[in-house]
Amino acid sequence: MYRYDEIDREMLADRAAEFRAQCARRLAGEITEDQFKPIRLMNGLYLQLHAYMLRIAIPYGTLDAAKLRKLAHIARTYDRGYGHFTTRTNLQLHWIKLRDAPDILDELAQVGLHTIQTSGNCIRNITADPHAGATADEVDDPRVWAEAIRQWSTFHPEFSFLPRKFKIAVTAAAKDRAAVKVYDIGLRLHRTEEGELSFEVLVGGGLGRTPYLGPTIREHLPVRHLLSYLQAILRVFNRHGRRDNIWKARIKVLVAALGAEEFARQVEAEWEASDKAGVDLPDTELARIRAAFAPRAFASLPAVSSIFEAARSEDRAFARFARNNVKPHKIPGYALVDISLKEPGETPGDCSADQMDLIADLAQRYSQDEVRNTYEQNLLLPHVKLDDVPALWRALAGAGLATPNIGLVSDIIACPGLDYCALANARAIPIAQDIARRFADPELAERVGELKIKISGCINACGHHHVGNIGILGVDKKGEEFYQLTLGGSGDDDASIGQSLGPALPAGRVGEAVDQLVEVYLREREGPERFLDTFRRTGLTPFKEAVYADAHQVA
Amino acid sequence: MPTLIRWRDGRAEAGEDPFTSIDDDQVIPQGDVIISLARFQSEGERLLGQCRQVGVRVRPDEAVEGLAGALPRIAVVALEFPKFRDGRAFSAATVLRERLGYVGEVRAVGDVLLEQAKFMVRCGFTAFEPADGAGADEWTAATRRFRHVYQRAADDLAPAFAERAAR
Repeated sequence: MYRYDEIDREMLADRAAEFRAQCARRLAGEITEDQFKPIRLMNGLYLQLHAYMLRIAIPYGTLDAAKLRKLAHIARTYDRGYGHFTTRTNLQLHWIKLRDAPDILDELAQVGLHTIQTSGNCIRNITADPHAGATADEVDDPRVWAEAIRQWSTFHPEFSFLPRKFKIAVTAAAKDRAAVKVYDIGLRLHRTEEGELSFEVLVGGGLGRTPYLGPTIREHLPVRHLLSYLQAILRVFNRHGRRDNIWKARIKVLVAALGAEEFARQVEAEWEASDKAGVDLPDTELARIRAAFAPRAFASLPAVSSIFEAARSEDRAFARFARNNVKPHKIPGYALVDISLKEPGETPGDCSADQMDLIADLAQRYSQDEVRNTYEQNLLLPHVKLDDVPALWRALAGAGLATPNIGLVSDIIACPGLDYCALANARAIPIAQDIARRFADPELAERVGELKIKISGCINACGHHHVGNIGILGVDKKGEEFYQLTLGGSGDDDASIGQSLGPALPAGRVGEAVDQLVEVYLREREGPERFLDTFRRTGLTPFKEAVYADAHQVA
Repeated sequence: MPTLIRWRDGRAEAGEDPFTSIDDDQVIPQGDVIISLARFQSEGERLLGQCRQVGVRVRPDEAVEGLAGALPRIAVVALEFPKFRDGRAFSAATVLRERLGYVGEVRAVGDVLLEQAKFMVRCGFTAFEPADGAGADEWTAATRRFRHVYQRAADDLAPAFAERAAR
């Protein structure tokens, strides 16, 4: 993976020093909270309900043991001993003291981590396919391009005060594991018939108050022009995006207002007029970044591991873990192993400092010192020998990290909600915990199969509820928490925005309603249909009838 | 005359501002003036014909491309920041420098803050009317907080990839 060179490290050191001076001025009362707010936000420091929250970027979701141990150390030293992995592959610490923030930035910089551009109306942390470099279905390593974008977008002088925040995701695989259709810019790498790498450029996807799937504005962009093309998109957005209404300021609103064709025409015109050569990276720099992501040597192993197979036939719990959490690797004899942060009853995405340290050890021992963070708020070890999976599983199980529920009903995405967030209307975590407990029996969870539940505590949709097979949105009704359910959303290749099930339900009814929805699915499903397939075939009616059957009284 | 910060030879200097910024409902006095784009379009030719320097104030919803033909005769383009968060003028300055080849003064006016000094200088601004009372020395220091930059802009700093290639 990419190692920061002297220049990258000096950038982080300079940033940490700048923030230390800014914090000192604030703590000395030389500047007001109003003046300090934009400064701290540019460093990922939010003031939430109970304390400061620090959002640490994990570029393209890639960590190594040193980074993860540092995060554990920070969580233990400066917070309450745990952190929260988000859908944007960031780590949030929710109990931070302002006076500690400069020291934390210094500590992060020591291992090449930072909080740059994790907030504010700028280009945010770049995300990529968490299976990058390990999956057989990719045409290139998307992290090469994500790193190129990270550098280009860091402290970009022209694009640090955009109309609104701006998020970019990159994938190079046939299967979309980066939710590129719901990003401000989604980039899909393809190989043309002539064998050239090119980007399909999607612009204007997004969730929040007005969900859109991003249309493709260019089918084939030669990869060498990525940065100049991004500059053209950002410049059109910066000049013409709305600034009069925060709810209409994202690029998706501009693209929808102009129409994708007209937006594309403006971008192409801007791009044609620009000095591409001055912006695009020279081949030597791309080669330097690419070399950093070159895989380490893999052993030559048989495709079938007798150790793995023996464990699978001897131990039903391991077999279940293998079915749900172990994915095929591009190299025979290796696997990707998902680490679920969704143990039923726990907070989705939370990871304790001790768990982080353990995962760091395991990554070094079993996964070429690499850990990935997925937008579904789980971690994964990308390069594990099948022979090692049983031992890895035992180590994970001892720390509550072997929940065999990836993609299943209890693998719930949830934002921090009203338990932490100043924007939230309702709590998300207790709803997730209640639902997960109902499906804590792994046999039941597997019988239900793939079912993605996503919960947001407000319309900002950090929990991606619009693209949940079952989406749950917290709303405030006269001071009471209610939940609006949507069905049929998907953030994957077959992306779609969920449809409203009916009137919002009180908190106490949500878990029961999910039970009822699952019962309808189990009754109605045909053959190997997933929940989403059944819903798409039957439509809303049977589900709606079940949930609202005796609910005429629900207004 | 109010104090103005000017960018010269890689540092900020405080100096007198010879220009008077004129609102649309004000009579244009003698001397060097900065007027709105709308007024420039109706009265610009007449003023340029007189023995004085003329600057044009451009709002963020106005396109600097509209000035293209007149740029060689315009002494100052003043780009407005109605709020510091309104970053449209960063693009306008970049377009003036990189695309339209403007070599005169590009001035930041409005809600102009010290924390944006580096970004403004990089986008090609060469004069500043700080709203937060920042002085020239502070301004210079704020532009020097970072030893490197990652991307090309309208200044002449070498981006990280060029620095690496030269090593």
